[in-house]
Amino acid sequence: MHDSMDHDYHIDIPGTTIFDGKMAMKGYNLNKMCYSFNKADNRDAFKEDPEAYMSEYKLTEAQKEAIRSSNILAMIEEGGNIYYLAKLAGIFKLSVQDVGGLQTGRTTEEFKEYLLSQA
Amino acid sequence: MAKILGGITTSHIPAVGNAIQNELYDDPYWKPFFDGYPKVHAWIKEKKPDVVINIYNDHGLGFFLDQMPTFAIGAANEYKNEDEGWGLPELDAFPGHSELSWHIIESMVADEFDITSCQELPVDHGFVVPMQLFWPGAPHNADMPRAIPISANTVQHPIPTLKRALDFGKALRKGIESFPEDLTVVVLGTGGLSHQLDGERAGFINREFDEYCLNNIAHNPEELTKIGRMELVEKAGAQGTEFLMWMMMRGALGDNVTEITRNYHIPISNTGAGTLLLECA
Ligand SMILES: [Fe+2]
Repeated sequence: MHDSMDHDYHIDIPGTTIFDGKMAMKGYNLNKMCYSFNKADNRDAFKEDPEAYMSEYKLTEAQKEAIRSSNILAMIEEGGNIYYLAKLAGIFKLSVQDVGGLQTGRTTEEFKEYLLSQA
Repeated sequence: MAKILGGITTSHIPAVGNAIQNELYDDPYWKPFFDGYPKVHAWIKEKKPDVVINIYNDHGLGFFLDQMPTFAIGAANEYKNEDEGWGLPELDAFPGHSELSWHIIESMVADEFDITSCQELPVDHGFVVPMQLFWPGAPHNADMPRAIPISANTVQHPIPTLKRALDFGKALRKGIESFPEDLTVVVLGTGGLSHQLDGERAGFINREFDEYCLNNIAHNPEELTKIGRMELVEKAGAQGTEFLMWMMMRGALGDNVTEITRNYHIPISNTGAGTLLLECA
């Protein structure tokens, strides 16, 4: 129950990335690109030419590769924050259950069953 | 003087917005969720608050990582939602109450809560979905109060502690109650309960912890301030940290509250969905 700085920064919660200052700096350009997807014109521009759009936002090769391969865990590893990544997922018409399945090695149906199993 | 009538909490899952749009109230998946609201509607109809203070967390519409306020308060005459990237409808503006906003800002900063004032603040589903749940047809509902949005950061760590959130509510209460006009106010705390969208632990929901929070927030909120922030991530899930909004609301209600109604249902989307209405003494 103690809330020291050590505790905050070094606790290991399996399967969970703490999006702190370090990750926020690592993922800044990736998240900035995803934030731009609030605007429909920008979503269209990305769909038109993803490579050009990613380069415009100066994504690293690792970030670009994560997007090319729809690897959400890799996007998070490269500093992506799920609230911004959700806007990217929206472009591909992925639901949060699709995204959950992709990250946990389940089909969307299996992921929904997992959610239900916790009722 | 302004008076706080009570507080209402609810999850603010975007899928709820779609369910409302498609009127899925009796759909077997949605019914256990929507069944939590008739008592809230009746209470609102009876009380007809003049102002709603909507405490939510922005999810990447109003704020980006370039400038991330820990606590931000709207100080505008109206608030609009905008496209968040997946096509939720854009509604007409929610009328604000800038005079009360600035009064609260004056009071809270004097009270050493250094908050960020926002004359423009696009509001996202965290603000809009609860309004639609509580005032059907919002903002076009005859009883729609004037709104003041307050957003707390749960996007990026460090997030506020649970104690700070509760204290924020207490300072907010002073600000509201010292407003010289006779207004009635309801305070919303939106978000939660347990859920995690990201990582290998995506899909995590924790009924036991949610019930612990629900069982303590009305009469024993100080107990909940013992929960550390990393403990909150661990037990409520990475996005379950939105429970901070419930603590902020609770702080604004004073010591004595009566629980009018409560609902809890798993799962709505990826979330343990909770609703609670507390009336002030
Ligand atoms: Fe949320």
